[in-house]
Amino acid sequence: MKRSLVLVAAAVLLAGCSGGGGGGTTSQQSSGGAPAKVTLEWWHLSTAEPLKSLWAQRAKEYMAKHPNVTIKATVLENEAYKAKLTTITQSGKAPDVFASWGGGVLKQQVDAGLVKDISADVADVLPTFTPAALSAYQLDGKTYGLPTDIGLVGFWYNKKLFEKAGISEPPATWSAFLDDVKKLKAAGVTPIALAGKEKWPGHYYWAYLALRIGGLDALKQAAVDHDFTKPDFVAAGQQVKALADLQPFQKGFLGAAYSTPDGQSATVSNGKAAMELMGQWAPSVQKDSGKGLGDDLGFFPFPAVEGGKGSIGDAFGGGGGLAVGADAPKEAVDFVKFMTEMGNHSKAVESGGVLPVLKGEESAVKDPNLKQVATLLAGATGYQLYLDQAYPPAVGQQVNDSVAELIAGTKTPEQVGAAITEVAKSEAG
Amino acid sequence: MTTLTKGPEALRRLPAPSPAVRHRGRGVTIALFLLPALVLFLMLVVAPMLVAVYASVFRWNGFGGLPTNFIGLDNFTRLFSSEIFAQDLWHLLVLVLLSLLVQLPLSLAIAMLLNQRMRGRAVYRVLFFAPYVLSEVITGVLFSLILSPGSGMANQVLRVFGWESEWLADPATVMPSLFLVMTWKYFGFHMMIYLAGRQNIPNELIEAAQIDGATGWRTFRHVTLPLLGPTIRISIFLSVIYTIQLFDLVWILTGGGPSHSSETMAVTMMDWGFKRSQVGYASAISVVMFALSLVFALVYQRFVMRRDLEGAMTSQGGRS
Repeated sequence: MKRSLVLVAAAVLLAGCSGGGGGGTTSQQSSGGAPAKVTLEWWHLSTAEPLKSLWAQRAKEYMAKHPNVTIKATVLENEAYKAKLTTITQSGKAPDVFASWGGGVLKQQVDAGLVKDISADVADVLPTFTPAALSAYQLDGKTYGLPTDIGLVGFWYNKKLFEKAGISEPPATWSAFLDDVKKLKAAGVTPIALAGKEKWPGHYYWAYLALRIGGLDALKQAAVDHDFTKPDFVAAGQQVKALADLQPFQKGFLGAAYSTPDGQSATVSNGKAAMELMGQWAPSVQKDSGKGLGDDLGFFPFPAVEGGKGSIGDAFGGGGGLAVGADAPKEAVDFVKFMTEMGNHSKAVESGGVLPVLKGEESAVKDPNLKQVATLLAGATGYQLYLDQAYPPAVGQQVNDSVAELIAGTKTPEQVGAAITEVAKSEAG
Repeated sequence: MTTLTKGPEALRRLPAPSPAVRHRGRGVTIALFLLPALVLFLMLVVAPMLVAVYASVFRWNGFGGLPTNFIGLDNFTRLFSSEIFAQDLWHLLVLVLLSLLVQLPLSLAIAMLLNQRMRGRAVYRVLFFAPYVLSEVITGVLFSLILSPGSGMANQVLRVFGWESEWLADPATVMPSLFLVMTWKYFGFHMMIYLAGRQNIPNELIEAAQIDGATGWRTFRHVTLPLLGPTIRISIFLSVIYTIQLFDLVWILTGGGPSHSSETMAVTMMDWGFKRSQVGYASAISVVMFALSLVFALVYQRFVMRRDLEGAMTSQGGRS
């Protein structure tokens, strides 16, 4: 009697263990009759307003239209999002709908068979998107996601603090930029806020300088021949070092995060630093993390480097988009299309949360700074995706890591090139 | 402990030797009760360990089934020539030495203080033990706020005295700052162990020493300390094993930075495994970590804790 009880208990425990492993999110589609209940797992990283509420609103509307669909959103902050998505994809699953930057990371997920090829499903809407926005989601002629945002990285600056330092207009060349940094320092203003703890904001400097000095082709070529030791890359490193040597960053920047209350964004937002090099989401994160600068916030593109092969019209940045998991139900694709419909997406553009990805959506941009970004983007002579997304993860992270060491002063420009090359070769070999 | 062994010895004779059948019945029951835990242990501990060992000899990004690209010991040669891994080992050494030379003596001193008769003794004990109850993540978030160079509480207080530090944001001060947080979190734990150890020392011995004219310090040095030996040895053991595997606190506080100056082996492993998708290489790091812990545990138990463990064996044998 006792023993059989024990047996039952053991069996129940075991069943509990094996049951937990499966975790399917969708019930089977029944053929014919009313559509079966479907739950969509949707992962994204828009933790700041206005997108946070807007996306939730869209999901609600979609559920109202399709009563059989339940959308379960998981919203995580950038770093946490990357970590959790990597963990779940390595376990062999992807969420039904998930935010993706496209590029090398998406390619790795595609190669592992985790992402659905939605080329046929979205063929009817593809022509409505701008090619620049789509490019990160199209690999080998197939479409693996639809963009929700596209923009570029540039300097967001505090007009008042620039005035205080006697700078009448934003710098157009790198040497003028370095001069302005000196002027700001002389006026007692911290020139630049940087999140040194999170390494991705630092890599923007090196990547942009490489883009300006070596040109777009140099970065594309490096992805193929895995050689980051060429003179142009070393020169880019030397300029990062030249900037870092001026000690332009806020106190304790090596330990600062991006969006925390004492992070990079808040430092600019509260007027404690004159500028930050950041993407199109900078204004909304600033509003979220600090007081916000209001009309004092201005934007200027990354300056040209004298004698460089790249032009000031070459843009570096990225956007965001939604990819669909390989095992997702067909409603997932439908939801992604719904999110990127003109009527729905333009509301997000109007709110200033994202930039236009659809043709003819430009008029919806209200904010003058974002309008400038959109105009620059429309006239861009070339486009480079963030290096930590464009290259395979190991290489991208090494770029972030090495540039962080360069800025901290523990590595030389030559060592940075060599370290990235070593990882790029190890990944390719 | 040794004084207790005689009691249970007498107790053991009470139940008559059971018949063989009943013994077998008990064996089956034991096996059944053990089975769920055993299955969980095999699935969640042993199996991942074996997979890690297997993966460590492959180039593998962690995606799609089992790895296929066999590269022998390349991951290990790469690891042993890696500057970052060498730094990890150096950080381990620094933290272990600091723990042994500062944290544990401090805990011991506080334990001795709290063993005296004094007002509010229980309150102090609870207060000092409280940080250990907090999770490492909460501790990490708490201290990243306190130690924030700009508006953190630590600097606001220190500025009153005309001094400030960049704490975790400066490669030169990050290790001491990290150690400070570790100590804050763990001294209460070691204090509690020592306190328990101290209370196991019969007061007669202390009194005898005092009658012989030993001063407070000499009583501590020649009576209390030697009798605390087994307790101290186990606390050193726990401290070192913890430091080898140190992860959560560092991950939250610094992420291993600035520029790797506070990175530990576990942080490096996380970085390569989950941020860079080189799971084969990350597995190699985990294997080395495991080997390090194992070798330390075996050597330490064989040579340092040998007598203590023998004691444990006999008292256990006496009891059952």
